[in-house]
Amino acid sequence: MVTLNHYLILSAILFSIGTAGVFVRRNLITILLSIEIMLNAVNLTFVAFGRALGSADGQIIVFFVMTVAAAEAAVGLAIVISLFRHRESLNPDSFANLKW
Amino acid sequence: MNETAFYLFGAVAIVASLLVIAQRNPIYSVLLLIASFGALSGLYVLLDAPFVAVIQIIVYAGAIMVLFLFVVMLLNAPHEDTEFDERVHPLLRPGPMRFGAFLALVLVGELWWALGRGGDTGAFPGGAVSSVRVIGRSLFTDYAFPFEVTSVLILVAMVGAVVLAKRDNPRDRRDRGGV
Repeated sequence: MVTLNHYLILSAILFSIGTAGVFVRRNLITILLSIEIMLNAVNLTFVAFGRALGSADGQIIVFFVMTVAAAEAAVGLAIVISLFRHRESLNPDSFANLKW
Repeated sequence: MNETAFYLFGAVAIVASLLVIAQRNPIYSVLLLIASFGALSGLYVLLDAPFVAVIQIIVYAGAIMVLFLFVVMLLNAPHEDTEFDERVHPLLRPGPMRFGAFLALVLVGELWWALGRGGDTGAFPGGAVSSVRVIGRSLFTDYAFPFEVTSVLILVAMVGAVVLAKRDNPRDRRDRGGV
């Protein structure tokens, strides 16, 4: 029998993988992808709790999270393109200066 | 049958997510993340949320990931350049990276502890809200204001992305005194 706890544990595992990706990887694109993994883990939690409480609000919040994720991806990737033009690199360590 | 499907989709989501952060080539990372989103979409179906399952595929896998793929191919810089050996375990890498991996492990411990305290939640109750009609009605009545704010957010993000990614015009640069 699959219970709410199963979904919460799966979501926790996915969120931890996303966090580890943000900290461990040195590539701006992969870091943005890890953030997407974390957002999806949270979405899964919202839907699971909405199902357990018999309410539609969880699914509506997921809708808003997806909107914010789309906006974040668009702006984040624009910043990545702009940074790449300056340094020809995607390594966040090479963007340590405030001015160059 | 539900149980088998849950473990199948859960395993695909976890393995694909792990491979996303293990790949060195971002194109493979993006494609694996799409696989992970497909598995999550299956989980939403199991949770009686077909609307979320469909927009997960259409919006996330179809639009956001294509944007990522587009940027990866535009930049044409597949491999990450690092000073340290990529094959070394994250916990054995220099300074800040070791700290980051340590923080991720602490988060795993915390989540484990928090979930262990909850006790058994039992099976899901009957009467799931799965009809798009109910969700749409709620979205345009109770959540009408957040919904409208969302449209402004998308507009701002669109304008911001255009401005940020715009190539500097050489003529403007001369006017600013040459950089």
